[in-house]
Amino acid sequence: MTVILDPTGERSVAARPRLARPESLDGLRIGLLDIAKTKGDIFLDRLEHRLTERGLQVKRYAKPTNTRPAPTSLNQQIATEVDVVIEALSD
Amino acid sequence: MNSPDTHLPDNNLPDTGLVAVVKRDCQTCEMTEPVLAALARTGSLTVFTQDDPAFPESVPHEYDSTLDISHRLKIEVVPTLLRRESGREVARTFGWNKSEWRELTGLSTLGEDLPDLRPGCGSKNIEPGIIEDLLVRHGETGLQSRRVELGAQEDEIEALFDRGWSDGLPLVPPTEARVLRMLDGTTRDPKEVIGKIPSDLAECTIEKIAINAVMAGCKPEYLPVVIAAVEAVLEEPFAMHGVLATTMFVGPVVIVNGPVRRSIGMNAAGNALGQGFRANNTIGRALQLVIRNVGGGRPQEVDRATLGNPGKLTYCIAEDEEGSCWESLAAERGIAEGKSAVTVFAGFGLQGVVDQKSRDPESLAQTFAECLKALQHPKLYLGADALVVICPEHERTFREAGWSKARLYDELYARTQRSAEEVLPGAGGIAEGTSAFASGTMARKFRDGGLMIVRAGGGAGMFSGIIGGWSASGEKGSSPVTKEITF
Repeated sequence: MTVILDPTGERSVAARPRLARPESLDGLRIGLLDIAKTKGDIFLDRLEHRLTERGLQVKRYAKPTNTRPAPTSLNQQIATEVDVVIEALSD
Repeated sequence: MNSPDTHLPDNNLPDTGLVAVVKRDCQTCEMTEPVLAALARTGSLTVFTQDDPAFPESVPHEYDSTLDISHRLKIEVVPTLLRRESGREVARTFGWNKSEWRELTGLSTLGEDLPDLRPGCGSKNIEPGIIEDLLVRHGETGLQSRRVELGAQEDEIEALFDRGWSDGLPLVPPTEARVLRMLDGTTRDPKEVIGKIPSDLAECTIEKIAINAVMAGCKPEYLPVVIAAVEAVLEEPFAMHGVLATTMFVGPVVIVNGPVRRSIGMNAAGNALGQGFRANNTIGRALQLVIRNVGGGRPQEVDRATLGNPGKLTYCIAEDEEGSCWESLAAERGIAEGKSAVTVFAGFGLQGVVDQKSRDPESLAQTFAECLKALQHPKLYLGADALVVICPEHERTFREAGWSKARLYDELYARTQRSAEEVLPGAGGIAEGTSAFASGTMARKFRDGGLMIVRAGGGAGMFSGIIGGWSASGEKGSSPVTKEITF
């Protein structure tokens, strides 16, 4: 029997359960995150317009660059200020 | 009394008495045979022999065929003579030292015919290739990683594929003994954490790098280069997460400079960017395996590459410093003479530069410039960074004309410019383009520091190459990082 050593970062969990999706956006604070990809702002502008039309509360956020993960402080700010967040992922 | 091939349990050691450990392949051991015979007649001597079950012929002995006894006694030199009392060692001498042997045995006339001193020989249990197996068998490796037991019916190579650890090619199974031998390649503590690997941001130890280096096929002497490459991609300016996650082609390209290239047998000559050279091919592969396995960066997952490029299996270049008339890339980037270093660059593929007619530097520089202008798209300005690999026959033209490396850089930055109008979206019937440059000005293809030049390749052929970078080159994305190699 061969014994080998695990080459992975074994301490990280294999999977994390996602939070349940809300049934409805009514009464929730909604964050819109621009990850700084081209034209993401156009998409989010439109989304903000549609959401506020429905009387929902919207806050806008932006990553400094799309080439790096969001700064921890931004993640913390979003987590404390809104209930759900929508990202504009693509160009 | 001989029992070859039989594992000796630890309780073969006498609770009280003398123990000697010897081997045939040691002239000092052979010289002491009459002394051992004399001690044996006193009745308190147990002799263990390491290599030849018949030796020493004139003295009763046990054959330590597995070397477990030698290992347990921590024998480093043979002959070793030690005294045990009530199950514990109370005195030890090694080699032949007449006065010490007499003191230890209490026999004042021992070895009358022998010289006063004769150094011993290395003990067999500490030989490379043997010590690792003993440490594994005795549970003394100190390695921290989880042990994975493969099933008796499992094919080892298939098992590594099945667990998702492979880059698509077979891996060397990272047994404890192989990982221990790999760690001999560095003086650094296996437990040392060198950083967190994207995208999982999992802590990466020297041990984890060694495991992946074994799987990649590295020799222990390559390990310091692999460690430096991992450290380099983890530096903030390299933006490893983005390099991994981008839909573009890039992956880390490793350029090695300094004496280590020659000491580990890297190839900087013919087929410099190709297959067939273990150091080049396995160092680049080990880096990618660390990203994949420690960081969890796998294609079609966090690695979103549309096409990727074959260099994402391995991309490691040695610069031909000896053949070059210019300072090395590492020297340009602040590494002292005589030191070794890696530079990592987020790059992809190879765009050939073919020019078999230019014999003056202006013509040849213009060839390089025209090819560089086409990188990614002839109208993408500012474009990505680029690594220019200049072949010997092209370098010769610049050398004979007395062009310094600085001169060539200046010429290439200048000659790759185009008018702002030419690169506008829509210009030339092509929608792609840039409007970032004011009308009437010249658009720059490369940011300051966006070009890097190295010499490599075989002596024949006027064929250089351009390794293109990421669109997000420089501060907005990835900058090349140079790291000195520590051994």
